[in-house]
Amino acid sequence: MVNGILDYLWLVPALPLLGVVLNGAIALFAERPFLLADSHGGHGASSHGPSAHGTSPSSSVAHSGSHHEAPAYRKLVAFIAPAVVGAAFVVALLCVLSLASRPADGRTFVQILFPWIQAGSLLVPAALQLDPLSSVMALVVTGVGFLIHVYSVGYMSHERAFARYFVCLNLFMFAMLTLVLANNYLLMFVGWEGVGLCSYLLIGFWYEKQSASDAGKKAFVANRIGDFGVLLAMFLVFWTFGSLTYTEVFARVPLLRESGVLTTGLATAITLLLFLGATGKSAQIPLYVWLPDAMEGPTPVSALIHAATMVTAGIYMVARSSALFLLAPDTMMVVAVIGAVTAIFSATIGICQTDIKRVLAYSTVSQLGYMFLACGVGAFTAAIFHLMTHAFFKALLFLGSGSVIHALSGEQDMRKMGGLRKYIPITYWTMFIATFAISGFPLLSGFFSKDEILWQAFSSSHGSPVLWAVAALAAGITAFYMFRLVFLTFYGESRMEPEVEKHVHESPWTMTLPLSILAVLSVIGGWVGIPAVVGDFFGIPNYFEHWLAPVFHPVAAAGAHGAAAAGAHGASAAVHHPAALEMGLMALSVAIALCGIGLAYFLYRVRTGKPAEIAKRWPTLYDIVYHKYYIDEFYEWAVIRRVVNVSTGLWQMFDALFIDGIVNGAAGLVRAAGDRVRRLQGGVVGGYAFSLLAGAVLLVGYILYRSVVQ
Amino acid sequence: MIDPSAYLLLSAILFGIGVVGVVARKNVLIILMSVELMLNGVNVAFVAAGSYLGDAAGGVFAFMVMTVAAAEAAVGLALLIALYRLKETIDITELKVLKW
Repeated sequence: MVNGILDYLWLVPALPLLGVVLNGAIALFAERPFLLADSHGGHGASSHGPSAHGTSPSSSVAHSGSHHEAPAYRKLVAFIAPAVVGAAFVVALLCVLSLASRPADGRTFVQILFPWIQAGSLLVPAALQLDPLSSVMALVVTGVGFLIHVYSVGYMSHERAFARYFVCLNLFMFAMLTLVLANNYLLMFVGWEGVGLCSYLLIGFWYEKQSASDAGKKAFVANRIGDFGVLLAMFLVFWTFGSLTYTEVFARVPLLRESGVLTTGLATAITLLLFLGATGKSAQIPLYVWLPDAMEGPTPVSALIHAATMVTAGIYMVARSSALFLLAPDTMMVVAVIGAVTAIFSATIGICQTDIKRVLAYSTVSQLGYMFLACGVGAFTAAIFHLMTHAFFKALLFLGSGSVIHALSGEQDMRKMGGLRKYIPITYWTMFIATFAISGFPLLSGFFSKDEILWQAFSSSHGSPVLWAVAALAAGITAFYMFRLVFLTFYGESRMEPEVEKHVHESPWTMTLPLSILAVLSVIGGWVGIPAVVGDFFGIPNYFEHWLAPVFHPVAAAGAHGAAAAGAHGASAAVHHPAALEMGLMALSVAIALCGIGLAYFLYRVRTGKPAEIAKRWPTLYDIVYHKYYIDEFYEWAVIRRVVNVSTGLWQMFDALFIDGIVNGAAGLVRAAGDRVRRLQGGVVGGYAFSLLAGAVLLVGYILYRSVVQ
Repeated sequence: MIDPSAYLLLSAILFGIGVVGVVARKNVLIILMSVELMLNGVNVAFVAAGSYLGDAAGGVFAFMVMTVAAAEAAVGLALLIALYRLKETIDITELKVLKW
């Protein structure tokens, strides 16, 4: 069978890796000597401090003028980094088109690159798998990734460590594509760890700033807890299935289920451990705390890694393992409840935040909660759909906030913004669209995906009206705090510092172009997955569900084409719930979202004094929410201090006393022995001669003795 | 074929005198001479054994030892002179700087 372009699938992760190598060489051999020479020079001290970097590159505009001319390597880096990702996108797109031309049940392409691990019965190839699920992920990652790379060229243009930034960004693309394209859990885990590393490197990109390097460490440690779960889950998967390859594992599920090896308890254990990993990577309760702090990184990084792609890896993994999750109803319930609780919990935190990026960070946590809610009620298609639309509008929101921060020379506090609408119109309009999209305004992308989740939370056999109510309320809060952000930032009187206001400027085209493209995607991105209840009316099929049907409904898809599979799925839901109910709930959720928008308008446009009044009336409540429910403090008290105490105890008792005791004891023993033995060195030459003689006599005597005895 | 025991006895006596000289005497010059005595004691044994076994290797070894002894004497005496210039003594018990 001729695979055509699919044989070049390996290029998709390999191209960003090429970028890493090229940019890495530039960073190492061109940029590093340059920066080192510079920091030893006259203006090194003033330009290298963290305060000069600030949280935005534009804050370093002032001093970059006094530097030498921008070195030529920067232009090369600015070309290579986006180019390799763009090329990867083109290859991925061609591969997916080629895959789409196949029949629905043949849309799984595996490319084995080389045998990787062969130990006993453990056979793990380094192999890539392109199927409908990974193709959606690959396109989102490379597509949004490309736009953010282009944006970064503009955003980071004043940054000194330009090449280092793009090395990390390209490395992230490589790791993320390895994650989504791997055909087995172990290779996925390599990508999983790789993105974690890049996340750490990029959060702590301005490592001279204490808070940034702390945030990097926090992200890394929180993820490590989750990774522990993934590792254990992989051991269990191998122990149960004898393989780590997706296709083999899922193919063996029915057989092992029948023979009783794969008990529900075992499936629950595997899936719960996988979900633990997902809560770490995708920032869910209880491990979500690292994501808001991750905003210390450059804003394009927040957009790419901490909103659009990496944090969705947990969703992808759960969706990928849907065959296992469906066997464990307890896990499904846990996933759904954690998702719903996270969605509403972090949404409420978002209400009171004043840092523009932190609002978006909590919003991301909340939206990821939605996706897990969808996974938990068995609506994996809806989860991936929301993942995609969220990647569009949340990346846009983050890039837009980056553009605002860029315009305001590094200001992130929304209390010091306001009235920016007329200064930076492109940023304003694109963010405005994204805000409508995330609020679930009808016909925009977020509407379709969010509504699909809400409907599934209500109607699915795993769902319940309670989950729907929580999720719908969270949607209303989302609409509220997102419009609060827009109103505070772009409307009303300017509250900017006079110094800042003078420099307000629209961003360069490398930044506004990605914004515009993402704005278009935020509008139309949802149209590929119009739910049947609306789509049937206009005769538009739900392309997205048909596309993913072979992955999530393999049995049905094998019997007929995707359309029938989706139809059967839709029918099973429709048997119990009439279309009118779905339409009604849809209208209700839109009404809730509009209420949120209206409330935001009322509080932040009409009665602008009201929010402070409310905060004053319930000071305790406001204080708790403002301080993010004191979760960080609670973790500090409940976990971190205990771990530190135990570690200190182990260090003092075990390490300092026991381990060091053995080492020092051995050394002391040798020392004491040497102290005795050195007395033999008396300085009397005759004595040495005598001991020589005595030794010789003993030796000869021994040899004679041996020969006599024999 | 001559019985070699007499030669070997002579060899042992020479060697023994040499050993006692090396261990017991204080004068470095005497000690060097005693070393020569030990070497020549060994030479007697070599030659006797070579002759007894009809093997020329014994004689060859004796010449070898003589050569080495000559070299050793040259170096040893040179050291002795250097020592005397430094310390103005050739009493070996005076040389005890190198100790614990």
